[in-house]
Amino acid sequence: MNLSIVINVCYIIASVLFITGLKRLSSPTTARGANLLSAIGMLLAIVGTLLSKGLEFQWIIAGLLIGSAIGVFVALKVAMTAMPQMVALLNGSGGLASLLVGWSTYHYHPDATVLTTISTYLAVLIGGVTFTGSVMAWAKLEEKVSGRPILFKGQKIVNSILLLVLLVAGIVYCMDPAHNYPVFLLIVVLSLVLGVMVVIPIGGADMPVVISLLNSYSGMAGAATGFVIINSMLIVAGSLVGASGIILTQIMCKAMNRSLANVLFSGFGSAVSQKGGTAVKGEVKPIKPEDAYLILEAARSVVFVPGYGLAVAQAQHVLRELGELLEKNGTEVRYAIHPVAGRMPGHMNILLAEANVSYDQLMEMDSINPTMETVDVCVVIGANDVVNPAARHDKSSPIYGMPIINADKAKTVFVLKRSMATGFAGIENELFYYDNTRMLFGDAKQTLQALVAEFKSGH
Amino acid sequence: METHLDLTTLLDLIFLFVIAIFLGVELISKVPSILHTPLMSGSNAISGITIVGALLSTGLTPGSAFCTMLGVFALIFATINVVGGYLVTDRMLGMFRTKTTSGTAAKEVKSAAGGSK
Repeated sequence: MNLSIVINVCYIIASVLFITGLKRLSSPTTARGANLLSAIGMLLAIVGTLLSKGLEFQWIIAGLLIGSAIGVFVALKVAMTAMPQMVALLNGSGGLASLLVGWSTYHYHPDATVLTTISTYLAVLIGGVTFTGSVMAWAKLEEKVSGRPILFKGQKIVNSILLLVLLVAGIVYCMDPAHNYPVFLLIVVLSLVLGVMVVIPIGGADMPVVISLLNSYSGMAGAATGFVIINSMLIVAGSLVGASGIILTQIMCKAMNRSLANVLFSGFGSAVSQKGGTAVKGEVKPIKPEDAYLILEAARSVVFVPGYGLAVAQAQHVLRELGELLEKNGTEVRYAIHPVAGRMPGHMNILLAEANVSYDQLMEMDSINPTMETVDVCVVIGANDVVNPAARHDKSSPIYGMPIINADKAKTVFVLKRSMATGFAGIENELFYYDNTRMLFGDAKQTLQALVAEFKSGH
Repeated sequence: METHLDLTTLLDLIFLFVIAIFLGVELISKVPSILHTPLMSGSNAISGITIVGALLSTGLTPGSAFCTMLGVFALIFATINVVGGYLVTDRMLGMFRTKTTSGTAAKEVKSAAGGSK
């Protein structure tokens, strides 16, 4: 009895630490300490649980050791550019854990109350979808499978049948869990299949939305598990994460001017939508790094607009070097970050922070756009759709209405690009044909290195 | 493991659930976009709370080797989620610095701040 009071006090303190941790994450100066607070909360929750009466420790110790070793290894090894994949995988392992806990509980008490059984069903369903969905997201980001949406005939029908079977199986299972073990196994398998099915039609550029949504699911799976084993700690922490993931998902969707349903079901960026948008006419004007240097050298204000291409080319360090050289030359240097640039919310901020770019140089879209007309040179690096002016005026364009960074309003625009291929959304970008745009073709890293070399030899 | 969820308990738990959802929404809507990735990875680590369930299904299922085995696997994955999540978040947050603390100065300021804690 006394022990359970101690455990619950641990859980209460842990909840407070989680809440404080999340709250203090809202400023770069307090964020690191906030994460530590939250980690202490987690430790407390684990220690509290270990006080439970009658625990057998040998397997617990083994599991904790193996999991910690893998966790430490992957966390220290992963490159900053691969962070979206990493977060996806971590999400997936949380989801899988919830599924397994649900399964284990059911196996131990097959004749639990109907309320417990419903919770088990939800934990397994959400956990399973989170697991395979995250693995698919990882595979897409890692380019193990094509980043483009995978669509096939009758996809909606297949998915509808899948959902229907899951629903019916759930009802059958919840009515009489003790005699329906095969139905339970069917639910496990179909949940895993569903996770794959919901992520394959989503294009690479929409991954920020998917990852934050899966993050929300992993929290919800945890909360459902909390209902299964009647544990308030799981419910509080799980629903905090569930809610935060949903909010983040909404922010991402708003940044793309699309509804969540549109992201999830439209197969945006597939071959079909390429017909959208007006064909662009005109000529692109390439420029050599030597000439680009002269323009940059004379500029008073430069804004860099990074996109996923920066991450692919691993060019963040040389970009910072160029930025510093420009600053030494008396130029004002800023970085404009679109909310959905990259493959994960805040992806670009992380990359630039890794390269030692000060965060007060990182500007959000809304604060940079009003000043864009006073900018001498805007350098677009590996970004495409987030600077496409068609989003402002071309009603036939698939991205019409999406808020963009107004790179075209700058006096001169440099676009660093590998080739004239379209962006992930598969849409032509008229910015490349504008009179004030110059194209720097080639690998972004090499181009930036050439510019840095010009600066160094010019002094 | 205790798994007898009756209606009264359920309502208590739903009460917690609803309050926590509202709290989560309030907490997150003010985070600047620069911190979205650490936020996601940090909250991801919190979702590893399912480790509590994993611990119980590993240690409190005597007599059923299968349940214990499921529990151990759950525990391994949940631990990866927790440990990996917090470490990765810490790595990311450690990279954010302002101009005044950038470059070599950053290291000094950081170690000074660490020392004063």
